[in-house]
Amino acid sequence: MHRFANPNRFLRLTARILPWCALATAAAFIAGLYLALGVSPPDYQQGESVRIMYVHVPAAWMALSVYSFMAAASAVALIWKHPLADFAAKAAAPIGAGFTLIALVTGALWGQPSWGTWWVWDARLTSVLVLFFLYLGYIALVNAFDDPIRGAKAGAVLALVGFVNIPIIKFSVDWWNTLHQPASITRIGAPAIHSSMLTPLVLMALAFAGYFVCVLILRVRNEIAGRKIRALRLVQAQG
Amino acid sequence: MSRFTLIVARDLRLALRRGADSTMVVTFFILIAVLFPLGVGPDTAILARISPGVIWVTALLASMLSLERLFQADFEDGSLDLLVLGSLPLEAVVLAKSLAHWLTTGMLLIVAAPVLALLLNMSAEGLIALVLAMLLGTPSLTLIGAVGAALTVGARRGGALLSLLVLPLYVPVLIFGVGAVDAAISGMAVRPHFLILGALLAGTLVLTPLAGAAALRQAVQ
Repeated sequence: MHRFANPNRFLRLTARILPWCALATAAAFIAGLYLALGVSPPDYQQGESVRIMYVHVPAAWMALSVYSFMAAASAVALIWKHPLADFAAKAAAPIGAGFTLIALVTGALWGQPSWGTWWVWDARLTSVLVLFFLYLGYIALVNAFDDPIRGAKAGAVLALVGFVNIPIIKFSVDWWNTLHQPASITRIGAPAIHSSMLTPLVLMALAFAGYFVCVLILRVRNEIAGRKIRALRLVQAQG
Repeated sequence: MSRFTLIVARDLRLALRRGADSTMVVTFFILIAVLFPLGVGPDTAILARISPGVIWVTALLASMLSLERLFQADFEDGSLDLLVLGSLPLEAVVLAKSLAHWLTTGMLLIVAAPVLALLLNMSAEGLIALVLAMLLGTPSLTLIGAVGAALTVGARRGGALLSLLVLPLYVPVLIFGVGAVDAAISGMAVRPHFLILGALLAGTLVLTPLAGAAALRQAVQ
């Protein structure tokens, strides 16, 4: 792992990975959107509005995965003082917040025709909303210090505190009676949806994950460049 | 006196000599709760229905008011450096300061809560459950808040930032705190809510000093 702590090695490596990652993401998006919007059948109950799910579900998955990624990167940064892990956690936060917002908005758009209301105080919706606030708190904290290194360290502690709290918040919000349908893919045994709907869903999930990796790489490269400029400016100011 | 009680005594003395902070918290607590009848109307049935939620949400906001100064004051006058260098583990320092903070705010909120419950027309069963639930819940609020206070030491715009960090983490305490009072009012089992509030307190008692100490070490490095 420490082999990759060298920013220059990271820059060289990612310069080679990035084009392929972008290409794969674009291909997954094109194929996934074509299958989701064109080929897959409308649902017998929800009609055409089921197609919102092909954006909503991957976004919700990514909202949670990105927070887990941030927590893992923060733990690595705190334990081994790995410099790139700090950058990665900081770079991932706005992307994760974006996914969470997409999940909330598409959920509201789907809820209006299906449940007859934009928003209900249901357990899952509420916990995703709290997750969104956790993302916003992290972003605000990281940017609240004049010294970016201090901000990243405070953010790392907060990401871990939030990660421990997510299951507790989820559980306590579940205490209310829930309106949201239970997960239909992660059930044990065969998935509860037909393959004509599962294939576009998996493709869209891959596309979202690929998008996350591409943007993460870009943002970490950006962050490295920013730190280099800052270091040069400091040298210049002292000299 | 052990070093732990010395820190608690020091913070209590400071709070007593600058009494304005604690009185401000209680005044804020009462004032906000009094605004609700003016906002939703004087109908006693509606007020009784919303009283558990109003009192708990107001308590969350009030307990956050003085949190900002919890470590920031020590950071500014340099005593935080001495506390970090001292022989008492930093985790114990966080716990001691949280205890002092709870004694000067959480306790006062619990004393003031029955008055608000009467103003909002809460029933007697609800009132007893409210006091018990706040006894279990407000220490958790202070402990979670202490982590937020430690994280925002030295930050720009600390106060607004602190509320953004801490309020989402208060959600479980709020849900079960209100749940206990609601259950008592409607005559249902109160025990599970108290048990979970106790579990939350046990968890925060162990974990938040660790997180708070980690955050303080980053702050003084």
